[in-house]
Amino acid sequence: MTAVAEAPAKVGEVPSFEVTLKVLRYLPDESGSPTVAHWDEFRVQAHGTDRVLDALHQVKWQQDGSLTFRRSCAHGVCGSDAMRINGRNRLACKTLLKDLDISKPITVEPIKGLPVIKDLVVDMEPFFASYREIMPFLITTGNEPTKERLQSATQRERFDDTTKCILCAACTSSCPVFWTDGQYFGPAAIVNAHRFIFDSRDEGGAQRLEILNDKEGVWRCRTTFNCTEACPRGIEVTKAIQEVKRAMITRAF
Amino acid sequence: MTLVADPKAPRPPRGGPGRRTTRGNTELYGWIFMRASGVLLLVLIFGHLFVNLVAGDGVKAIDFGFVAGKWASPFWQVWDLLMLWLAMIHGTNGVRTIINDYAERDGTRLVLKGLLYLAFAVVVILGTLVIFTFDPCPAGSPADLLPSFCTA
Repeated sequence: MTAVAEAPAKVGEVPSFEVTLKVLRYLPDESGSPTVAHWDEFRVQAHGTDRVLDALHQVKWQQDGSLTFRRSCAHGVCGSDAMRINGRNRLACKTLLKDLDISKPITVEPIKGLPVIKDLVVDMEPFFASYREIMPFLITTGNEPTKERLQSATQRERFDDTTKCILCAACTSSCPVFWTDGQYFGPAAIVNAHRFIFDSRDEGGAQRLEILNDKEGVWRCRTTFNCTEACPRGIEVTKAIQEVKRAMITRAF
Repeated sequence: MTLVADPKAPRPPRGGPGRRTTRGNTELYGWIFMRASGVLLLVLIFGHLFVNLVAGDGVKAIDFGFVAGKWASPFWQVWDLLMLWLAMIHGTNGVRTIINDYAERDGTRLVLKGLLYLAFAVVVILGTLVIFTFDPCPAGSPADLLPSFCTA
């Protein structure tokens, strides 16, 4: 070792690097004439602790204020910032830049299968319409009890996985069957139906199974597991769909 | 903002409030049929392959007379009929779902499914007719066109 040392890295210093973001931009023409989406590249100085969302913030706040995307809590709970990062549906706020290949531009696109409003913002209405259709609320009969509706730990465990859904649409917009015509209910709606169908306190299970026993319901699932892979909450989506299928078959026979 | 209610986007939003429901057990039965027929077809096809290619003299035994002999027995008639029908319904239903998944325009779907069902009808009707009306020695045919075992 020579005496002429480079300045030693400070203890606890976060490495910083430069990344290129390649963002699919789309701006509708107010006159109604069709516009074509195009790619924009941005160079951003980022730290090892930065997420894709931080990079997008840097672009929006320092380089191009017209870049449009959704985010609310920015910590993986609200489910606003699902987008297609390097071809995979993820939450921008849960994807660390250092986990991606930063030697190449990082592609950021809006989620597929839903109408794009601007840049990374899509119209979530078809997604929520499917969600509303499965009646995502407790359905009971008889008199309302004066205390809580009790449930054993085992009964709660039965549908625990599907309670984690944050409705970010990462699963539904990763489903090839949904991409085709957008008529399929989609994994998210089925997951949220599962959450009530297997809840011991709920009495609307039969109704919900009836709703999902549709030409565009659970039977369109081809078990490609895209949804399970895309889910930022780690829900076993495909498994939940299969459990709903099984409930339908045992009900029919 | 009209932008949200009417996004000028590549894909038009779904028309009307909610979708037309297409509820019913059709797809459920279709799904179960695919599984059941798949298991049955495994037995039928491998049984068929074994009897034709391995059992007895094996593949050397196959000729016009071998097939004629099989179809003279009601057991093999039923076996082949089941195989034909199950395979055709199973395959047609599979291709139908593929068309539903990949064809985006209603017109394309209609044409492809029309062709599919036509092909299904032709193969099933022709195959069924052959299995039940097959006669290796049709009466009144010239002798040089008949196989050697038609001595009557």
